[in-house]
Amino acid sequence: MKKDYLIEVKKLEKTFYTGGVETRAVRGVDFKIKKGEFLTIMGPSGSGKSTIMQILGFLDRPTGGNYYFKGQNSKKFSDDKLARLRNREVGFIFQTFNLLSRTTVFENVELPLLYSAQKRNKKQIEKMVEKALKKVSMNYRSAYFSNQLSGGEKQRAAIARALVNEPEIIFADEPTGNLDSKSGKQVMKILQDLNRQGKTVVLITHETKTARHAKRIIKIIDGKIQDDYPVKKSIDANGKGDLK
Amino acid sequence: MRFLISIKISIRNLLSSKLRSFLTILGIIIGVAAVVVIFAIGRSAQKLIVDQIQGIGSNLIAVIPGDSQEDGPPPIAFGILIKTLTYEDLEALRHKNRISEIESAAGYVIGTKTVTFLKNEATVSVDGVTASYKDVENVEVEKGRFFNRNEERNLSKIAVLGSSVAKDLFGDVNPLGRKIKIKNHKFEVVGVLKPRSAGGFTSSGQDETVFLPLKSAQKLVYGIDHLFVIRMKAKDPALIKPAKQKISQILRQRHDIKDPAKDDFSLRDQASVIGLVTDVTDVIRYFLLVVGSLSLLVGGVGIMNIMLIAVSQRVREVGLRKALGARNIDIASQFLVESVTVSLIGGVAGIILGLLISLIVYLIINALGYDWSFNISFTSIGVGFLISIGVGVIFGMYPAKKASRISPMEALRYE
Repeated sequence: MKKDYLIEVKKLEKTFYTGGVETRAVRGVDFKIKKGEFLTIMGPSGSGKSTIMQILGFLDRPTGGNYYFKGQNSKKFSDDKLARLRNREVGFIFQTFNLLSRTTVFENVELPLLYSAQKRNKKQIEKMVEKALKKVSMNYRSAYFSNQLSGGEKQRAAIARALVNEPEIIFADEPTGNLDSKSGKQVMKILQDLNRQGKTVVLITHETKTARHAKRIIKIIDGKIQDDYPVKKSIDANGKGDLK
Repeated sequence: MRFLISIKISIRNLLSSKLRSFLTILGIIIGVAAVVVIFAIGRSAQKLIVDQIQGIGSNLIAVIPGDSQEDGPPPIAFGILIKTLTYEDLEALRHKNRISEIESAAGYVIGTKTVTFLKNEATVSVDGVTASYKDVENVEVEKGRFFNRNEERNLSKIAVLGSSVAKDLFGDVNPLGRKIKIKNHKFEVVGVLKPRSAGGFTSSGQDETVFLPLKSAQKLVYGIDHLFVIRMKAKDPALIKPAKQKISQILRQRHDIKDPAKDDFSLRDQASVIGLVTDVTDVIRYFLLVVGSLSLLVGGVGIMNIMLIAVSQRVREVGLRKALGARNIDIASQFLVESVTVSLIGGVAGIILGLLISLIVYLIINALGYDWSFNISFTSIGVGFLISIGVGVIFGMYPAKKASRISPMEALRYE
C-alpha cells in the first residue's frame, strides 16, 4: 500500500534546540505525495515549510514521526545512505542558486555526477551535462563562470544541476524569490515542463500566485497543515499565467 | 578523477587569495628548506672534517714505545722516555712483506734544533726519518729529491727542507746543493718539499721541518739509538685491524713478551678518531634537525589555521556539496587534499630553496679555499617531500573532520 506513494509522512515532527531555546518547527504533519505530482508547500516565513522540505530532501532528520520514501522508513538510513539518496533521487533548487563561484556552468552542473557512486567516463559525464543544460536552454553558457551569469541564467544553471542525475523528485525552495518576473516565469515554465515529462516537483513558497502554478497546495501555518487542496485552475506559465 | 578535482579546487582556492596562501606556505617553505640545508651542509661539513683527518692519513698505524691506553696520551707526553723501539724493530716489521696488509713503514726521531745557513738562523723541527717517510706520508718533492734507503743508514750528511724552512733560511736563493749547519755538522740540501698545510708527523707541521736521514739524526744530532715512533701505511683502512694483530705479534716476539698486558709498545690508528668525529657531527646534525622540525611544526599550525578559516568561509559550499550527494568522507578528503596540496607546494618550494642555499654555501666555502663537496642528497629531497605530505595530513586532519561534520541543512541556511 505504501508503495503507491513516493513520499509518505506520518506525524512528522521537528524540534530545534538553539541556546537552550526549544523551537517546534514542525508539529505533527501527515501527507502523501504520489509519483508525478506537482505540489506546493505554502506558508508564511517561519511556518516550517522549509524544514519540511529539508526533511523530505534528506538534508535533515525528523525528531518525531515517520518519513517513508518509496515505502522505506528513513529512520533506518545511515548518513551515507542519505547522501546517496540526495545524489540519486533528489534535485534541489534554491532561492539563492548556490552555484560555486570561480567555477564554470559546466563544472557546477557536473557536481552531482562527481559524487555519484556510479562510475562514468568523461564522455558520459559531458553528455549528461549537455543534456541537462539543453533542457533549460543553457548549453550556450556552458563555459561561462557562474558569476558572469544573470540571475535567471544562474537559476537555470542550478535547475540543470538538479536534473543532471535524473532524480525522481525535485525540490524548489522559493526558486523565483531572487528573480525578476520574466526570469521567474521562465523558471516556473521549466518546472511545469518537467512535471509534464513525469518528474515529481515540490515547490516551496510563501506567494499564492507562485503556489498556483502547481496542481496541489499544502498550506502550513505554525508547523501544522492548515489546508491541503487541489488547485482547480493552475496558472500556466506557458500562456496567460502571471507570477507577480 | 575526484582526486584530481580536489587538487584543482584547492589550487583554485589558493590562487584566489595569493598573499594569504603564500604566508601560510612560508612556514613550510622555511621548515623544509632548513631540513634540506641541514642534510646537505651537515653532510658536507662532516665530510670536510673527516677529509681533514684523512688527509693526515686514515689508513695509518702508529707504533709508540711504551704501553698506553688506546685513546690516552702516549708516555712521552709525561716526559717518560722509553727506548724500547728501535730501527731493528722497523726492519723486522717491514721485512720481506711479513705483513702483507702494510704498504710501507717509516721510523722517526723527532726534536727541535737551531739550523743556520750563513747568517740566517731558524729553530725548527729537525726530524730523522727513513726514506719510506715519503711513501707513508704521501710527501711530494718540489725541488731535488728525497733521500734513499742507503742514505738512511750510512750517516749521509744530507737534508730535505720543508717549504717554510727553505724560505726562511734561503729566501730567494736556490737551496739545492747548499749546506746548512745543525750542531756543528754540515748537511747538504738535496731536496725541498711542496707546501702542505696538514699532515706529516712532526711537532710543528711538515712545512716547518728539516728532514735528515734517520741514522744521521740519531747519531749526529740527538745521540740516541731508539725510535720515537714507527708509522705504517695499510693498503686499505679495512686492513688496519689484521695488520695491528700481526704487528703486535712480531713486536712481542722480538721483545720477548708473553703476556699482552705487559706490552712495551702501543698501536694507534685514526679510524677511532674518525668514528668519534662522525659521532659528534651526527649529534650536531640531529640537533639542527630538531630545530628544523620546530619550524615545520610552526608551518603546520599555520596550515591548520588557514584550513580552519577555509572551512568557516566555505560552510555554504560544503552544505551545497552535501545537498548534491557528497558524503562526509568526500568533504573530509577534499579538505585533506587541499591541506596536503598547500603543504606540498610549500615543500617543493622549500626543497628548491634549500638546495639553492646549499649551493650558495658551497660556492662561498669553495671560494674560501676549502674542499667542500656539494651533495644533493636525495634522502633530504625525499625527506622534504614526506615531511610536507605528513604535515599536510596531520594538520589538515582536524579542519577536514570539522568540515565533514557540517550539517547540510544548517550550512545552506548560513549567511
